[in-house]
Amino acid sequence: MSPVVRIRDLTRRFTKKGVLDGVDLDIRAGEFVALLGRSGSGKSTLLRALAGLDHEAEGDGEIIVPRRLSVVFQDARLLPWKRVLDNVVLGLDGPDARERGAAALAEVELAGRERSWPYELSGGEQQRVALARSLVRRPELLLADEPFGALDALTRIRMHALLRRLSETHSPAVLLVTHDVAEAIALADRIVTLDAGRIVSDITVALPDEPAARRERFAALEAQLLGLLGVELDAGAIPYADKERITA
Amino acid sequence: MNAPFTIALVLDHSELLRQADAARERPVLPPAPAPARPRLGLDKPLRWGWTLGPLLLLLYWSVLSETGFLDPRVLPAPWVAVETAAELIRDGRLQENLAISAWRAAQGLGLGVLAGVSLALLSGLSLLGGYVIDGLVQLKRGIPVLALIPFMVLWFGVGETMKVGVIAVTVFVPIYLHTHSALRAIDLKQVELAETLGLSRAAFIRHVVLPGALPGLLLGLRFGVTAAWLALVVVEQLNATSGIGYMITLARNYAQTDVMLVGLVIYALLGLGSDALVRAVQERALGWRRTLGA
Repeated sequence: MSPVVRIRDLTRRFTKKGVLDGVDLDIRAGEFVALLGRSGSGKSTLLRALAGLDHEAEGDGEIIVPRRLSVVFQDARLLPWKRVLDNVVLGLDGPDARERGAAALAEVELAGRERSWPYELSGGEQQRVALARSLVRRPELLLADEPFGALDALTRIRMHALLRRLSETHSPAVLLVTHDVAEAIALADRIVTLDAGRIVSDITVALPDEPAARRERFAALEAQLLGLLGVELDAGAIPYADKERITA
Repeated sequence: MNAPFTIALVLDHSELLRQADAARERPVLPPAPAPARPRLGLDKPLRWGWTLGPLLLLLYWSVLSETGFLDPRVLPAPWVAVETAAELIRDGRLQENLAISAWRAAQGLGLGVLAGVSLALLSGLSLLGGYVIDGLVQLKRGIPVLALIPFMVLWFGVGETMKVGVIAVTVFVPIYLHTHSALRAIDLKQVELAETLGLSRAAFIRHVVLPGALPGLLLGLRFGVTAAWLALVVVEQLNATSGIGYMITLARNYAQTDVMLVGLVIYALLGLGSDALVRAVQERALGWRRTLGA
């Protein structure tokens, strides 16, 4: 199957958030890819390039992305002067837009909150509205830039489950930018690690179903990825069962 | 945040022990009930709270007049203004002049708002527009209305066009300035969002720019409304044959202090009333905000 995202020799220079230095990356339809990297590694730069938001960036390379593309940012970016449903359907037209918007809100478990103002929602609820706003556009590619970074640990676990469920029902290709190793392993099919603007590893997650084997694979991947990100684990350190605490 | 690092950092035991000693020496205060913190934010404002200041002024004025401290030749008592107003209403002069004045102000205000908002959009959303328009508005700001009127008379004659025009050019400045600065202060993140949602320029203006600039527009409108009445006074007292300003000028020629006073009070009430109206609009239109004052 041909990839929906095709990046060849992508270069970005002089950006505030980090440079890219000859990035090649393919993402297949429906594939969930996590992009890991330290601050300044260029992961946000890559996502912004894919989203077409890097107007002033200097650089070249080839980027092919699907036409139907949605972005979820770290902050929900709801327009404070629009009620929840109006935020979800912003920019959509067609007679059934509001119906679809309401259905998307129900999918993120916010049915009945259509008439609320954004400020009346909690951070997690606002981010769920942002998810609904993305999904109602039926994206072939969902770009998520640390979408759970601003949420508390408990909300984040619930959002992980929600995102996994939604990506299974709608099966867009997903590129999730994160610096949370555990989050990447828990959600993605594939984890790409970026360092100083170059891809340094591309790992298929493939967690086994059997619980003990699954834990073992999780811990091994975690140690490997943290190593790639330059975090040394002490010998005999407890494998991070407490996975919410790990950030690189 | 990260357990192994924390352990590594606190290995120096002597420092820990020293801190423990220091903690022991601190006097131990008995636990106290949770303190009631003084509130730094504001309570919910009263519905008619804003009338307090004007009512106090009225009271002060009444007391001075009643006790004779205020010479009626200097300033007639408030009830004299009411009696004269009733008289003027009975013979129809007040409402007739008021209607004419209000129509002039409304036309000028409407034109001024339209011009102010359009120019703010042009200059706020395009670089070239900004280069051209912003400097011109600053030039206009420096010119007092009084200096402008002779030229306006020269260009438009002494008729209604000139009067409405003077009001409009006075009103558009604050509308432009406040709309423009609110528009330029729109969060770049919201602009990015509009881009990723694929909004057209028209949809961007309608859903992001105008609502984002609305708080500024309404603030400008509060200045603009007051400016409209002020400009009205100037044009009507200089050359007019009708309107509240004309009524005042006429009264001055006949030394009718009470009629002059009625005119003054009318202007004040119009200013206060229209400001209250804009504030009511503000409250309704900006219901989505949570601020100190709302």
